[in-house]
Amino acid sequence: MAEINREDVAHLARLAHIDMSSEELDRMAGELAVIVDSIKSVSEVAGDDVPATSHPIPLSNVYRDDVVGETLSNEEALAGAPDNADGRFRVPAILDGE
Amino acid sequence: MTAVHDEVLSFDEAMEKYDPALGFEVHVELNTRTKMFSSAPNGFGDTPNTNITPVDLGLPGVLPVVNRVAVESSIKIGLALGCKIAERSHFARKNYFYPDTPKNFQTSQYDEPIAYDGAIDIELADGTVFTVEIERAHMEEDAGKLTHMGGATGRIQGAEFSLVDYNRAGVPLVEIVTKPILGAGRRAPELAKAYVAAIREIVKNLGVSDARMERGNVRCDANVSLMPKGSTTLGTRTETKNVNSLRSVEHAVTYEIQRHAAVLDSGAAIVQETRHWHEDTRSTTAGRPKSDADDYRYFPEPDLVPVVTNDAWIEKLRSELPEPPAERRKRLQADWGYSDAEFRDVVNAGVMSSVEDTVAAGVSPAVARKWWMGEISRRAKIADLEPAELGVTPELIVELNALIESGKINDKLSREVLDGVLAGEGTPAEVVEARGLAVVSDDGPLLEAIDGALAAQPDVAEKIRGGKVQAVGAIVGGVMKATRGQADAGRVRELILQRLGVEG
Amino acid sequence: MSEIIRLSAAALAQKLQSREVSAVDATQAHLDRIAAVDGSINAFLHVNTEEALLVAAEVDKARADGDTLHPLAGVPIAVKDLIVTKGQPTTAGSKILEGWHSPYDATVIRRLREARMPILGKTNLDEFAMGSSTEHSAYGPTRNPWDLDRIPGGSGGGSAAAVAAFEAPLALGTDTGGSIRQPGAVTGTVGVKPTYGGVSRYGAIAMASSLDQIGPVSRTVLDSALLHEVIGGHDPHDSTSLTDPVGALVEAARRGEVKGLRVGVIKELSGEGYQTGVLNRFAESLELLRGAGAEIVEVSCPNFKYALGAYYLIMPSEASSNLAKYDGVRFGLRVVPEGAPTIERVMGATRAAGFGDEVKRRIILGTYALSAGYYDAYYGSAQKVRTLIQRDFNAAFTQADVLISPTAPTTAFRLGEKLDDPLAMYLNDVATIPANMAGIPGLSLPNGLADEDNLPVGIQLLAPARQDARLYRVGAVLESLLEDKWGGPLLAQAPEIAGVK
Ligand SMILES: [Mg+2]
Ligand SMILES: [Zn+2]
Repeated sequence: MAEINREDVAHLARLAHIDMSSEELDRMAGELAVIVDSIKSVSEVAGDDVPATSHPIPLSNVYRDDVVGETLSNEEALAGAPDNADGRFRVPAILDGE
Repeated sequence: MTAVHDEVLSFDEAMEKYDPALGFEVHVELNTRTKMFSSAPNGFGDTPNTNITPVDLGLPGVLPVVNRVAVESSIKIGLALGCKIAERSHFARKNYFYPDTPKNFQTSQYDEPIAYDGAIDIELADGTVFTVEIERAHMEEDAGKLTHMGGATGRIQGAEFSLVDYNRAGVPLVEIVTKPILGAGRRAPELAKAYVAAIREIVKNLGVSDARMERGNVRCDANVSLMPKGSTTLGTRTETKNVNSLRSVEHAVTYEIQRHAAVLDSGAAIVQETRHWHEDTRSTTAGRPKSDADDYRYFPEPDLVPVVTNDAWIEKLRSELPEPPAERRKRLQADWGYSDAEFRDVVNAGVMSSVEDTVAAGVSPAVARKWWMGEISRRAKIADLEPAELGVTPELIVELNALIESGKINDKLSREVLDGVLAGEGTPAEVVEARGLAVVSDDGPLLEAIDGALAAQPDVAEKIRGGKVQAVGAIVGGVMKATRGQADAGRVRELILQRLGVEG
Repeated sequence: MSEIIRLSAAALAQKLQSREVSAVDATQAHLDRIAAVDGSINAFLHVNTEEALLVAAEVDKARADGDTLHPLAGVPIAVKDLIVTKGQPTTAGSKILEGWHSPYDATVIRRLREARMPILGKTNLDEFAMGSSTEHSAYGPTRNPWDLDRIPGGSGGGSAAAVAAFEAPLALGTDTGGSIRQPGAVTGTVGVKPTYGGVSRYGAIAMASSLDQIGPVSRTVLDSALLHEVIGGHDPHDSTSLTDPVGALVEAARRGEVKGLRVGVIKELSGEGYQTGVLNRFAESLELLRGAGAEIVEVSCPNFKYALGAYYLIMPSEASSNLAKYDGVRFGLRVVPEGAPTIERVMGATRAAGFGDEVKRRIILGTYALSAGYYDAYYGSAQKVRTLIQRDFNAAFTQADVLISPTAPTTAFRLGEKLDDPLAMYLNDVATIPANMAGIPGLSLPNGLADEDNLPVGIQLLAPARQDARLYRVGAVLESLLEDKWGGPLLAQAPEIAGVK
């Protein structure tokens, strides 16, 4: 299994949308390497015959009736927003200006 | 920013050198009352950010609960597409950051879709049938709506900021994915359009979607790749996003075929990327290339439990399915005795159901077709409406037809009667009465008019006497004009020939 | 110290019902205690004075009017600040949610309100419940009432410390890998992680959805049962909520019984790595149970040695996705970098500034475990280990009715001691994690003080899924045997809180 390095962490930080300084990347890479090293044995424990368990208690077919319930008002919806305009959430430009 | 125009090859030349492969991802918005995972109303277009619950905003602590009707609608779509319905299917999280996606992941299905391995027959205008194989149909949720502000044209490019309305976030979607469609050749654009039209028709017929493309109820991503003639290896594909009218689907596929051909001809490689469709220029521009950002880190949605189906459930849903559109068309054409051309015209005019209802109300298929393809279609075109939207009921046509057959009015007058009825002047009989439209049947005034017409066109009268009976039309026209159309044209013809001593 | 605050919730409820004590006085007594000691403890991030007194006054009026009330009406409670509450801020211990007010109540909060239990406030925690010491809170650490230089456990250190310091008779916690039980162990309090799905998660800010569970924090086993019955039961807002009835948990706690019961000692959860005092108290507790008629058997769960590793793949994977929503768009912090940044840069800067180191570590680790090419080796493999752990439990429960182990390998360590060593920190949860992986219920109760440091030690009981009642039945017996031995509750031996006279 691949070891985790600084470039990996930089890539992961981009995927996770967390800005990281150069020092942070170095520190995180070091810490993660230790953690990953300690848990990598997990990948060798179970064979193909062992099914994966995604839910601790197996349930199925849990549904809601198609009936309209209570909604938030526009004011309630926007109350926690960092910025809003015209009844909507306002966000900075999606594409770069240049 | 200067627009970069891609080189294109002529379609004919492209088709000489390459075989196209198509693929479609069609998103269908279900018309459930509530959203996929919350009890918010499924009502996009209302006041922004009002059809939402904490779930639709992805507020801290919220959990999704699946809409039963959405699942059943998805199963119905799967059945209508000839798919197998998964005994066990599961939701998964597709992780990516975008401000229209409240949780920064989309709850979708990944390795266990609700329906898979289907096929539908697509009939082109000339009757050629292509079978399109369906890879899968899966359930997922829609995103919110971004409006880009401060830029020149409300486009994302050059916008200063954007506004987000989450009313659409969480609206149930079924994404239908085809297997690669090979062998369409130069009919690929036509097939593309027909495929999307068929999907739209199927989901509309099922009643599970409003299926209005102009409202985004049905949205198409079209994949195109080319293989050099003789090759069997699929080429690199591009995915043109959001081609949202039937016409655009046809044009976008045509354009991408021509563009790919030009790129390949120049010796370059196709870049696997998304493309944006521009209706105004009928061309595509490059979108996002495949990249790191496409690592969606799918994993089973821990907050939702599997959908497990059984025969009883599926058979119950199957029993609720309406007759498939293609079968219905076959049955109706046979019942009505229309020629292929007649039937295709009826279908293309969008009046098949109206004809069906009108026949059921009690007129012959020929009469029903005459009305819907004739007068009603004509009026629809002028009003820029669908024929069915004019408010002409099957019962009205039955009454009009009865008045004509009894000789009370003629075809021409029936249009005036229709005017009156649509203007709210009452029943056809009442309109005839009020407007004084009954056919003139007393021969006295008619003969007077006929004599006038014959006197006005002595040369024509002579021709008729000489045996050119077909010339009688000109005299009939004169009589009809003189009687302001209130005469029975058949009777007029009879009387003219009698007057001139000619056998009809 | 006022007598009211030292009462158990059950005893206080009795006095409220008999109108010997008013709800307002009970609530005020706890608010006074908070005012007096919380400067030292820092268990509360928000104190809900006005509303708590209002609810208490309503209870007193209703009681005076002769209305039928819930048995716990008027008994105040503290709530871990991971659970959303209308009318109070909810921070999850993070800067990214500073000042945020939820427009809705968690299901458990609705149930507290229906029972008319005054909510004293919101308690401190490791940021987004990620930690075992409450040092990862963005609002400063909580201190252990037994020794202010020591950690109160985590992530629910605030709830445990509040209850241990008599600031509240009851509290709500959440337990993803031991965040209720381990703080209980190190503060000398009782904590229960119910069967997965037994208590609605709706409104509990998610860390790892398939592991998280809300549960009671208290000073006695009976009190936890009382609270568990209030918050438990089916909730249509949580698709993983069980439809089973909550069960007669209070009755089980009142009629404790261990005669003929098979108690399975999990071989893999003691011995090496466990502090001597922890092991000594564990052995004594086993003797007490044996003396009361229980049969002590040894069981082996060979795959437990992989549990910690699998947990540290599943938990961060789910957390990385659950925490994606904190992006500065809809709620919470937004940080706008210099210039005219795009939304992408704003998200990156917001999350960089809003999340602490441990949260970032887990998000990156989870992103890694789920990323293309690693999924099968990491997340997929961990899910398989989860199957093996469940199988181990299933086998063990054929040999024993309940399983038993120390709750945590050590007593409370010093603040800062493990802050720079994430791995050492993670080891605190080694005994509690298997229950979360398998979805089974677990209860921790205090079973003495360690010889070497005179700090509380906890013992953990585990039962099969949906058999939460068994924990209360056994826990109540062990608790009473221990209290007989000590001559009273363990917390009676806790020192006066320093700096408070
Ligand atoms: Mg797609
Ligand atoms: Zn999709």
